[in-house]
Amino acid sequence: MDLATSYLGLELKGPLIVGASPIGDRQEVAQRAVDAGAAAIVLRSLFEEQLTAEAQHLRRASDDFHFAEAKSVLPEPADAVFGPDQYLAHIARLKRATGVPIIASLNGTTASGWLRYAVECQQAGADALELNVYQLGSDPERTAENIEAEVLQMVLQVKASITIPVTVKLSPFFTSLGNLLVRLEEAGANGFVLFNRLYQPDIDAEELEVSHQLELSTSAELPLRLRWLALLSPRLSGSLACSGGVHTGLDAVKALMAGAHVVQVVSAVLRHGPSRFGDLLAELRSFLERHEYPSLAALRGSMSVSRCPDPRAFERQGYQRVLASYRDPIAPA
Amino acid sequence: MDGNDAVASVAYRLNEVIAIYPITPASSMGELSDAWAAAGRKNLLGGVPSVVEMQSEGGAAGTVHGALQAGALTTTFTSSQGLLLMLPNMFKIAGELTPVCIHVAARTIATHALSIFGDHSDVMACRSAGFAMLCSASVQEAHDFALVAQMASLESRIPFLHFFDGFRTSHELSTITTLSDDDLCALMPWSAVDAHRARALTPDRPVARGTTHNPDTYFQAREAVNSFYDACPEVVAQCFARLAERTGRRYASVEYFGHPEARDVIVVMGSASQVVREVVAGASARGERVGGLVVRLYRPFPSAEFLAALPATVQRIAVLDRTKEPGAPAEPLHLDCATVLAESGRGVDVIGGRYGLSSKEFTPESVQAVLAETGSARPKRRFTVGIVDDVTHLSLPVAEHVPRAEEDTWCAVLYGLGSDGTVSASKSSCQIVTSETHRSAQGYFVYDSKKAGAVTISHLRFGHRPIERPYLIRDADLVACHFAGLLDKIDVLAVARQGATFLLNTPVAPERVFGSLPLDVQEQILQKRLTLWSIDADQIARDSGLGRHISTIMQVCFFALSDLVADEQAQSAIRSSLAKSYGKRGEAVIRQNEQAIAAARAALVRVPVPDAITTGTAKRPPVPEHAPEFVRRVTAALMAGQGERLPVSAFPVDGTWPTDTARWEKRGLASEIPVWDAGICIQCNKCTFVCPHAAIRAKAYPESERARLPADFPQVKWRGTELGEHQYTLQVAPEDCTGCGLCVAVCPAKDKSNPRHKAIDMTLAEPLLAQERDRFERFLAIEPLSRASLPRDVKHVQLLEPLFEFSGACAGCGETPYIKLLTQLFGDRLYIANATGCSSIYGGNLPTSPYSTDRAGRGPTWANSLFEDNAEFGLGFRLAVDVHQERAALLLRELGAALPERLVTELLAATQDDEQGILQQRARVVELRALLAARPEPKAAALASVCDYLVKKSVWLVGGDGWAYDIGFGGLDHVLASRHDVNILVLDTEVYSNTGGQQSKATPVGAAAKFASAGKETGKKDLGLIAMSYGHAYVARVAFGAKDAQTVRAFVEAEAHPGPSLIVAYSHCIAHGYDLVHGCAQQKLAVDSGVWPLYRFDPRRAQDAQPPLALDSSGPKATVREYMRGEARFLMVERADPERFERLTRRAERQAKERVLLYQQLSELSVGPKR
Repeated sequence: MDLATSYLGLELKGPLIVGASPIGDRQEVAQRAVDAGAAAIVLRSLFEEQLTAEAQHLRRASDDFHFAEAKSVLPEPADAVFGPDQYLAHIARLKRATGVPIIASLNGTTASGWLRYAVECQQAGADALELNVYQLGSDPERTAENIEAEVLQMVLQVKASITIPVTVKLSPFFTSLGNLLVRLEEAGANGFVLFNRLYQPDIDAEELEVSHQLELSTSAELPLRLRWLALLSPRLSGSLACSGGVHTGLDAVKALMAGAHVVQVVSAVLRHGPSRFGDLLAELRSFLERHEYPSLAALRGSMSVSRCPDPRAFERQGYQRVLASYRDPIAPA
Repeated sequence: MDGNDAVASVAYRLNEVIAIYPITPASSMGELSDAWAAAGRKNLLGGVPSVVEMQSEGGAAGTVHGALQAGALTTTFTSSQGLLLMLPNMFKIAGELTPVCIHVAARTIATHALSIFGDHSDVMACRSAGFAMLCSASVQEAHDFALVAQMASLESRIPFLHFFDGFRTSHELSTITTLSDDDLCALMPWSAVDAHRARALTPDRPVARGTTHNPDTYFQAREAVNSFYDACPEVVAQCFARLAERTGRRYASVEYFGHPEARDVIVVMGSASQVVREVVAGASARGERVGGLVVRLYRPFPSAEFLAALPATVQRIAVLDRTKEPGAPAEPLHLDCATVLAESGRGVDVIGGRYGLSSKEFTPESVQAVLAETGSARPKRRFTVGIVDDVTHLSLPVAEHVPRAEEDTWCAVLYGLGSDGTVSASKSSCQIVTSETHRSAQGYFVYDSKKAGAVTISHLRFGHRPIERPYLIRDADLVACHFAGLLDKIDVLAVARQGATFLLNTPVAPERVFGSLPLDVQEQILQKRLTLWSIDADQIARDSGLGRHISTIMQVCFFALSDLVADEQAQSAIRSSLAKSYGKRGEAVIRQNEQAIAAARAALVRVPVPDAITTGTAKRPPVPEHAPEFVRRVTAALMAGQGERLPVSAFPVDGTWPTDTARWEKRGLASEIPVWDAGICIQCNKCTFVCPHAAIRAKAYPESERARLPADFPQVKWRGTELGEHQYTLQVAPEDCTGCGLCVAVCPAKDKSNPRHKAIDMTLAEPLLAQERDRFERFLAIEPLSRASLPRDVKHVQLLEPLFEFSGACAGCGETPYIKLLTQLFGDRLYIANATGCSSIYGGNLPTSPYSTDRAGRGPTWANSLFEDNAEFGLGFRLAVDVHQERAALLLRELGAALPERLVTELLAATQDDEQGILQQRARVVELRALLAARPEPKAAALASVCDYLVKKSVWLVGGDGWAYDIGFGGLDHVLASRHDVNILVLDTEVYSNTGGQQSKATPVGAAAKFASAGKETGKKDLGLIAMSYGHAYVARVAFGAKDAQTVRAFVEAEAHPGPSLIVAYSHCIAHGYDLVHGCAQQKLAVDSGVWPLYRFDPRRAQDAQPPLALDSSGPKATVREYMRGEARFLMVERADPERFERLTRRAERQAKERVLLYQQLSELSVGPKR
């Protein structure tokens, strides 16, 4: 069974890729993922403000104490400490070693920062760029329009400065997601990653603290992605990646059926190790064979709103039906 | 570059082996060499020098000696005590005619006190070693002579000691002409290098060196070197000539300057010669027949050159020595000059004096005083200059400085804090002026001895000619005060010349600035007609995301007010300078600074100055009226920066100073202080435990005390059951708090409805100062509970009075809570032998002592011997105390019949195992003393003099890891191997903190430290395990931030253990690179990750067939990686080289795991009882 697929214009040997995460940090781990079948690697996001803050912190840590006996208390940091050099070098190194496309990921706050690092990622050999948009919309002064305009502006500028494909990773919390994606595509976005799993702080009720534990995803998070992939894939011409909630081969099958070109896997690998890619691919392959799909392409988008038997199920009507069909466990039989 | 840079840049290029050990003020020469080697920079020979940090200067000298014998070009850098440790090898190296150049930033040798500052007492102690000695007077000379000394050494085979004034030259930033690689190549005597190599030990041409001689041969063989010494001055002269030919810079071993027919001449070495030159130039231009003579080559003393240089007209010379040799007929240079002149028959009268000990300023007025004395009819034969000696009346009267603008230079003095970047920005400004305008720059930086809230004073001179003024600026054209709070403490404007500019960083609006100034500041502004400018740099820094980093903003103002460089040009240069600081990757940071730069220029405003004083308030007196007489007379002057004015008679003659003086030094550093909410507080006392400055305190007291306290005095019912009905108060010392926030970070009590609010919150200090100052006074007056009534747990121990308070340690220091605990537990019977390092600086640097006394006047007695000998020094305490105790017991037995039998028996049998026992013994001693007073026998008086020793004493040897793991390890190991009852507290910051973060053997794998800038490859030495191997020593590893209860237990057990005890204490430190408010959290991570397992190894448990080792921390609850990511020392490695970080992190993880496993196994290991 040929699982080859195309994503952002890149020819991939299969539809499962490593999502932005620490998995791409270490060459040896990334290699094991590729050996197990990962067809591309999205690197961990480069955070511009983190780079700036760290540079300031490290410089000051080594520079800020002046006593008679000591001009500083830490060694002079090497140049590389202050910039994304290591990240860029890692792109090239990983590309050479694994042979699969490497997708860099940027999480920026200012347009100028994005642009600079986008160009550098391209120069370092990245095959594509994933722009990670992390907008909470908590500022009462900023309208939805402001936020969307800013995202559009970033995509326009980045596209104007680099030639490699650009995909945008978004959260599901935009007011009119369909409209935004269409406009982003017009602005030049080559694809979308649905969705960013916004970090969700928890509350420690005993210690009265906000807890910062990063929870791995579960399959329960998948349906949100399935709905939007199914709704939007027929209306977008670019590549779509499903990110979040794919833990089994069947999860991957559903994401592809909803219209995803590729499935990004992170939590399942962090839980079970890079070999998980092999398991997922085997399950996917087995499904395709069992159900006699001639190719992966035949399956892709088969359950999107344009092809599924009951498109209303993805829309508002589905909600009414679910409520009506719900059996109240405490109602008299 | 500064003097150290100037020397290191030459020495590094000329040598193949560099053995180093950190010591102020020479450390940076070694640090630079190590950094260059780490970056792969090559020497002239095309290789990267092998730079090796040793365990002490003794070790470095041994390595140098060995490398030389094996034929490598070798060097080292040192100073003071370090040089003394090298002395044995220096005799050997010289005896073997081995070419080498040792570079020394000359520094005071510790005598009645340690001093890190400059004079020639160290190098003069080496003058018999057989080394040639070449002295530089400036940064340029230090750079040039680093080469000349090595050239001459190679050619003459005499080893050279090249020295220059510590701090004044080693730390002075100066614009110099540098020697290129081509210059060095052209001037190095390569054939002599070959000859040196040819003499190398090699099995291919075997010889033996270091043989042992008998009386038949030693003397003659020793005389065999004479011709080499005879030839040496000429070799030096030739080397100087070759340098002049190549560079145009002319030097001579002895140089005369001044009137060609001078009658009176000053002879001097080092930077002081520049001051003499300046004064003599003026005087001789006026026709005064005076001159100066600088001696550059001191050994072999160039007698012929000296005589030749001295004009024939000279009738009297005054020889100035920067050293003191008590009991000698004269100081060394004086003796040399006198001998040479006597033999010459010239009939020149020689007088001599001491100046400049420990960097005492040597000013033009001092030179004038010496010239006046030299020219007088009956001069003092021996004198001192620069101080007032009202005891032996040796000092010369020195005229007050007459204010006037300096000729040819533009000067600025900038007052800042050690942590606000003022010094870095000043250095950058010097660089900018030099590169943008081709002016010469001079930067000299004065630091105070405190670490928290350290004040820095940057003295900057700019001129069109090389600046040769090695003294502080007294007539500044610009004075900038970067922290308005300093105006209350320091006479900032004393250095402002008439009509100067005064720049003040203040949050006060411009129209109110003048009114906000203290009275004397207003007065000086008016009297000196100063132009006043202000800026709120802190606000701009906050708005631009720079936090509290105001240096770039103040730098913009400096250029705006200085006319040195045009505004735009200066701002662009500041940007470039930032880019350099952050490397080629600094764009993001520079962008962040852009906003600040633009805002700074806009916010700098000229402040209107009225015609008369407005509502200015006078400075508070440094100490209150009721302070002790010594504190009012001496300490107060030191605190006010007036120590220079104190005469000899003001000082103790033997270095003995009173303790209990830090409480008079109200520094008011904190902008925020903790404020207590009694309603939420759970009275755990963790806040007082962690406070590094004993600035937050708890007391429980009986209801009866209440009547004496004002109605609004904060108090609440004591929650514990152990003490019965009591009240409780938690109180801050508002002017002693440094605002570190550790107390709030560790406070576990939160308001349930508003968890952001804790039982203590940091609150703006200013509005609370008066109220809290008053409350703290009242708090101190509350009678402390009896020591015997309090259980030894965290909560109750914190009700014991700390006898270590308000030290000069860094805000958030991780060492001082341990020392404070020590004084709470045993302070009234505590001896501390303190190794040199941070703890000896915050524990013993003038003006005040943080060790205090209880109401009976008892408290820790403290002394520092050296860095390397502290264990031995402390053992000496123990032996002496034991001797006194035994003598007291002996006399008691001998007098027994004359005393009540019960008393004698009880005194002799008292075990004093706990506080109750100590109290009872104290009562018996009181009773005994009263009885003895009535006895006529001489033995009664003898016993009275030692009877206090019948109360048990606690001897503690305290120091850092540099001492315990490295330089003092041999002694520490020896003391541990003994059975003497001493307690060793190692404050382990895992680097040499005090000298600037150099790696020690305590540095953990993966940490970046100086001498291990890429991250340390090897693991930390397990000092505890080594100590355990003796079997009879008590050993504990503690981390108060992780488990304070275990810390308290370990201290109590260690003290109770009748043999040697060792406590290795995790001490977070600024050298770890994070905000120390998180210190306890990092300690917890260190323990939870297995990096720092907690344990107590108590040999007494073996008596009961128990395993002596008890592991006090459980298995890993956090990852090593998590711990490492929290600190810049590790993060730096990760960002510079992730692969290496990964490798080292895995090594750290493995080592942590192995260590925990090993301890777990050991903790299950027990053998049968010994009996």
